[in-house]
Amino acid sequence: MPTYLAIDGFLAALFVVFSLGVIATRQMLGTLYLFMLNSLALTASAVLIGIALGSPHLFWVAAITFSTKVIAIPLVLRWSAGPQIYERREVEQVLTIPVAVLIAAVLALVAWIVSAPLVHAISDRPFAAINLPTGLVAIFFGAFTVAVRREAIAQLMGILIMESGAFFASISIVNDLSIITEVAAAVDLPVIALVIGLLIRNIHRVTGITRVGLLAELKEHR
Amino acid sequence: MTLAWILIVPAIATLAALASRRAAPWVTLASAVVVLALSANAALMVAGGATLHEAFGGLSLDALSAVYLLLVAFVGVTAALYSIGYLRVHDAGHEGTTPRYRAYWPLYNLFMISMLGVPLVSDLAVIWIAIELTTIFSAFLVAYENRSAALEAAWKYVALTSVGAMIALFGMLVLYYGIHHAGQPVTWPGLLAAAPSLPPALLLVCFVLWLVGFGTKAGLVPMHTWLPDAHSQAPASICALLSGVEVSGALYMLLRIYPALVRNPGIAHPGNWYLVAGLLSVAVAAFLLLQVHDFKRLFAYSTIEHMGVILAACGLGMGAHELGTVYQFFAHAFTKSFCFYAAGMATIVFGTQEIAKVRGLMSRAPVAGWALLLGGLAIAGAPPFALFISEFQILATGFATGQYVATGLLTALLVLAFIAILYQVGRIVFGEPAQAAPRMKLPASSLAAMAIAFVPMLVFGFYLPPPLQALIHQAAALLGGTP
Repeated sequence: MPTYLAIDGFLAALFVVFSLGVIATRQMLGTLYLFMLNSLALTASAVLIGIALGSPHLFWVAAITFSTKVIAIPLVLRWSAGPQIYERREVEQVLTIPVAVLIAAVLALVAWIVSAPLVHAISDRPFAAINLPTGLVAIFFGAFTVAVRREAIAQLMGILIMESGAFFASISIVNDLSIITEVAAAVDLPVIALVIGLLIRNIHRVTGITRVGLLAELKEHR
Repeated sequence: MTLAWILIVPAIATLAALASRRAAPWVTLASAVVVLALSANAALMVAGGATLHEAFGGLSLDALSAVYLLLVAFVGVTAALYSIGYLRVHDAGHEGTTPRYRAYWPLYNLFMISMLGVPLVSDLAVIWIAIELTTIFSAFLVAYENRSAALEAAWKYVALTSVGAMIALFGMLVLYYGIHHAGQPVTWPGLLAAAPSLPPALLLVCFVLWLVGFGTKAGLVPMHTWLPDAHSQAPASICALLSGVEVSGALYMLLRIYPALVRNPGIAHPGNWYLVAGLLSVAVAAFLLLQVHDFKRLFAYSTIEHMGVILAACGLGMGAHELGTVYQFFAHAFTKSFCFYAAGMATIVFGTQEIAKVRGLMSRAPVAGWALLLGGLAIAGAPPFALFISEFQILATGFATGQYVATGLLTALLVLAFIAILYQVGRIVFGEPAQAAPRMKLPASSLAAMAIAFVPMLVFGFYLPPPLQALIHQAAALLGGTP
């Protein structure tokens, strides 16, 4: 078990680094690649914990994560959002990248502190001490990405990173999700990517931009 | 198979609406009527306190979920009927030819399926998926206008509520562990059974994550910013669904976890969380109602106020509050949908939603004028409408149980909201129109939908049919923690 825990710790570190990358990278395409790498770390952690705990359900989770997040979502986005997603361009930020990274570091610390009572309450799951705080860090990073990125695709990646964070935490404690839940989760994410991708395409078609942070017509006072 | 058919019928309607654009509105309406009949039948079966189980336990219905199911089904019928005439006038003769109109009806049915799934599905994680799908399927309905402002509103709606959903997902998965670890099925009864033995830290963390996550979807302050924007841009029929039942679906999740919190001996005064969150929403909404400039935003802020009232009522404690909470939840749905139907008519008449630019609705279109006035009175909580009964029940019980500060504050805020709503509605309805114009003829199907929605709004203020009374009492008992 110590070896498995050590490897899982390494995967958790990668997971956090890739999540942070989605906040910090300047390149549009980079956010997508980092999300795919982040999903790969989640897949690997699910396989590892599945082997360590002898839980075949986690192999399903790994297979679903890989097929939906690493393969299906980039393809669905390419089809739905249109070619602008693959353009080489910079992502606009509300904050400068150093400030964003600094705030992300504080968020990571907060996530670690906040998850402490939860980790204590779930002391019978050895991987929870690694995966729960890591998952919460990714959830915070994802929400922060939505807040500071002006680009629609980058914001979508933030939402998906949050979902990955929730699952990174849960694989350490819930290793027997019902089949219906797994199938529903597998269908749910590509549908979310499809609809949001189509929405991004419509925004681009009507406004000429995908920098949703610049859309500011709706105000209480005119 | 009653419960399964409630989901199958709109699924068939979705396919039919995709196949025939001409028949799509009527197929959707027929489907909604069938779903309402099936839902009423299922609700009757559980009104005595029973729980229905179907599909190997995958679908279930108790009194509290039946109340929500009935509301979704009822507003689903009136919104479909309203849409037929409203979109015809709104699209000015181009309906049926635009891609957005063709997409409207299949999406409407998918939106209905996702909302109907929330009370019907047993597994808590699948309920989360159903709630997330309500956002996804309604995104393009919010963006129906396909203008910059509508797309901005849709994006804010999707982005913010999805962030909320992901936060709630984390709470859901941790709760999944807790319930499963306690040897219970991951359902509402399983949660209740597991609640006393769950570690308080685990249950409390899950609840806080739900409060933030589902609270975003329910439009609770300070996560409410998407709600007025989405309601100012979406067609009135979609506003009726969003405000009447969709946001209530997220609140339904917070109501259902409440008895579990009460049952856990390690969590002291869980009602205080509800009370504080509720009062904050009511307070902010009441002040925003005073300064609002758009009459659809007016009713959106009123939704935030009502979500707050329901939460605060729940937090006021045990006893008769549960009845007031459930009745408020119940009455809000059809009253708010009626208000948005009336607001949609006013938009057709004036061609704008800006309060400052509209006067004399009563003389331009008397039916719309009366509807907006009565809707305003009803949603503000004036007698003899249904919301008066629930608000009176909540406040009377609050004072009777000695919770003077919280109840006094709630009373003051409700009075402020009452004044604000009637002041704004009065500006629209009365006075002389800025420009002389002939009286408007409003679409018949939309007027019919308003007439149907008006009946419960008025009648349930002084008479509740015995089966419905039994259902609401059973739902209140479930909220109070009776398994």
